[in-house]
Amino acid sequence: MEKSGFIFQAGRRLAVGPPVYYGWVGLLLVLAAIGVTAYTQQLRVGLIATGMTNYVSWGFYIGNFTFLVGVAAAAVLLIIPAYLYDFGPIKDIVIVGEALAVSAILMCMMFVTADLGRPDRIWHLIPGLGILNIPRSLLGWDIVVLNGYLLLNLLIPGYILWNSYNDKPVNMKFILPFILLSIPWAVSIHTVTAFIYNGLAARPFWNASILAPRFLASAFCSGPALVILLYQIVRKYTKFHVTDAALFKIAEMIAAAMAINLFLLGAEFFKELYSDTHHLAPLVYLYAGLHGKAMLVPWIWTAFAFNVAAFVIFIIPATRKSFVTLNLGCVLIIVGIWIEKGIGLIVPGFIPAPLGEVWEYVPTGVELLVTMGIWSIGLLVLTLILKIIIPIETGEMTRTSGVM
Amino acid sequence: MSDRDDDIINERSDEKPDAEEAGTGRRGFLAGMAGLVGASMLASCTWQEFFQQQFTRMTNKEIQETVDRLKAEYRAKYGMDFVVGTEAPIDATLYAYALDIQRCIGCRRCVYGCVQENNLSRDPQIQYIRVLKFRDGNMDLEQSTIYYDPEEVPEKGYYYMPVQCQHCANAPCTKVCPVRATWTEPDGIVVVDYNWCIGCRYCMAACPYMGRWFNYTDPKVPTDQLNPVTHYLGNRPRMRNVVEKCTFCIQRVRVGKYPMCVEVCPVGARKFGNLLDPDSEINRIIQTKRVFRLKEELNTQPKFYYFFAT
Repeated sequence: MEKSGFIFQAGRRLAVGPPVYYGWVGLLLVLAAIGVTAYTQQLRVGLIATGMTNYVSWGFYIGNFTFLVGVAAAAVLLIIPAYLYDFGPIKDIVIVGEALAVSAILMCMMFVTADLGRPDRIWHLIPGLGILNIPRSLLGWDIVVLNGYLLLNLLIPGYILWNSYNDKPVNMKFILPFILLSIPWAVSIHTVTAFIYNGLAARPFWNASILAPRFLASAFCSGPALVILLYQIVRKYTKFHVTDAALFKIAEMIAAAMAINLFLLGAEFFKELYSDTHHLAPLVYLYAGLHGKAMLVPWIWTAFAFNVAAFVIFIIPATRKSFVTLNLGCVLIIVGIWIEKGIGLIVPGFIPAPLGEVWEYVPTGVELLVTMGIWSIGLLVLTLILKIIIPIETGEMTRTSGVM
Repeated sequence: MSDRDDDIINERSDEKPDAEEAGTGRRGFLAGMAGLVGASMLASCTWQEFFQQQFTRMTNKEIQETVDRLKAEYRAKYGMDFVVGTEAPIDATLYAYALDIQRCIGCRRCVYGCVQENNLSRDPQIQYIRVLKFRDGNMDLEQSTIYYDPEEVPEKGYYYMPVQCQHCANAPCTKVCPVRATWTEPDGIVVVDYNWCIGCRYCMAACPYMGRWFNYTDPKVPTDQLNPVTHYLGNRPRMRNVVEKCTFCIQRVRVGKYPMCVEVCPVGARKFGNLLDPDSEINRIIQTKRVFRLKEELNTQPKFYYFFAT
């Protein structure tokens, strides 16, 4: 009876909204349906529907997966300043960051599943029933940390909001350990994901110990940039209040993270260029082309230009604190990191191939549509979660508010 | 699959007719689930196949059932009887390979012998052996090519180096597999359980020798060119979206034959034998010839040696 009260209220919240809400949800549903259709095509003919080959055996799906792990990690890393330094303005917004993390993790899982040749055998990964090859396989570890992270990010906001809904105080003694645990856990998901690639001596482009730090630095740019945009949308359409100060503070963090990211990139450039060994080849392929093959060159320079431009925007207080340039910077960063940590990271790992051949990779229409579908499902999940949790956070939706 | 399911359901309802009404909902759900799973696989796949365990975890009885099922499946699909062997490793055996780089003429008979023996897909083309052509005085992989088509081999000024799975003692590919679908057998052969592989292709990213191949769609082999003498961990017909690789012709070497590539080499450049036998040819080569292993700096410890006979 009591539970159905919550479900009834939540259902009503999901069903009722302004026209722009229906339009947005409708659009996402259509795009998701197109993606699902494309995926059934891939299931029907096999992974030959993708552009992947025996030379470049991971592509767009794994690139998007890698980018989104960063988003998921960084959305929660905002907790650090919020709780450790008790910075009030950010503290209010942690819950929405966690909602973003949950949606990002779900998208990660969908991307990995889309990349699997045999999704029907996914139960082989369940320990006991199947075999999860830990501690040896980093992919095994990644499954553990991603699922653990998903549970943490369901538990923490779930507990806080459920109490808020019931007008009960939050027992900090119970939830604080989980909040503190989620900080190293957020670091772990992106570190382990970096280690998936990092541990492969066969692929010199990934086999550099700078990879995990670079992953974290770039995640600290893209994740918070998404959060800044998300908050402006949320505060426009709901009663949820976010101060400008909080957004500017996040932008300041991004500037620092981007500085580190560019520095680490420079360090990598120096090492490869100065030592000038055979390991330089993938970097040359990526930034200049190799043996006349140069498909990624315009993309990576776009990413580089976007990242540098955003860094300039975020380092200058005047542009950081003007919403026009702030939002421009956020978009530049999201696109820049998406290229850099997506296709710009995965594909050059395979080029040249370990026996020297240069085979390029282009995603097919099926891959693009499936990717679009997964992003749509992720954004839909995020929209629906926010539709329920924001009224709880603002106190509009409580147990008593249901009695009408 | 759905036929089988209906049978089971009918059997149950015959036994307990009075429980019919209560069970309908659940049965409907189960049938729906079966349909859903079936649709997602989109290939003929029985429950037995779906719930089959990893090869090393199967009991002898389960292995026998699996082999019988596979034989029936191949019979129905190709109209011929297959041997699906499950020969265990021979005691006190550790296989190793040696290739005389000086003698190889780059004719690629090994490549085609392997394709034929191991039922490799002709379209899309899969070949476990790549023959790299190098200019004399150069051993830079990036400057080698596998694409050459002269009137006659060997070409003057070039030498050839075939590369296939190196059956590493410290194999990076088996380490990374998230479900242990690939492992090193006690006789040193790195194998894949095609029915356990989930198709994540992590092993392909991990291999420094391009030793692994993925069937991006159903492998195609003309029926009249099929080799029906197979091993479960070797050359039995594969399905789509799983990884496969050279197994030193496990179906041959475990019954005392040489791998096909050794047998077809017209110049005798390929040698194969037991490392644990002190009198074996392979041991004599390693001890008395100048040998090297590919990418030794990666510490993969291949059991595949290149050597210079003279």
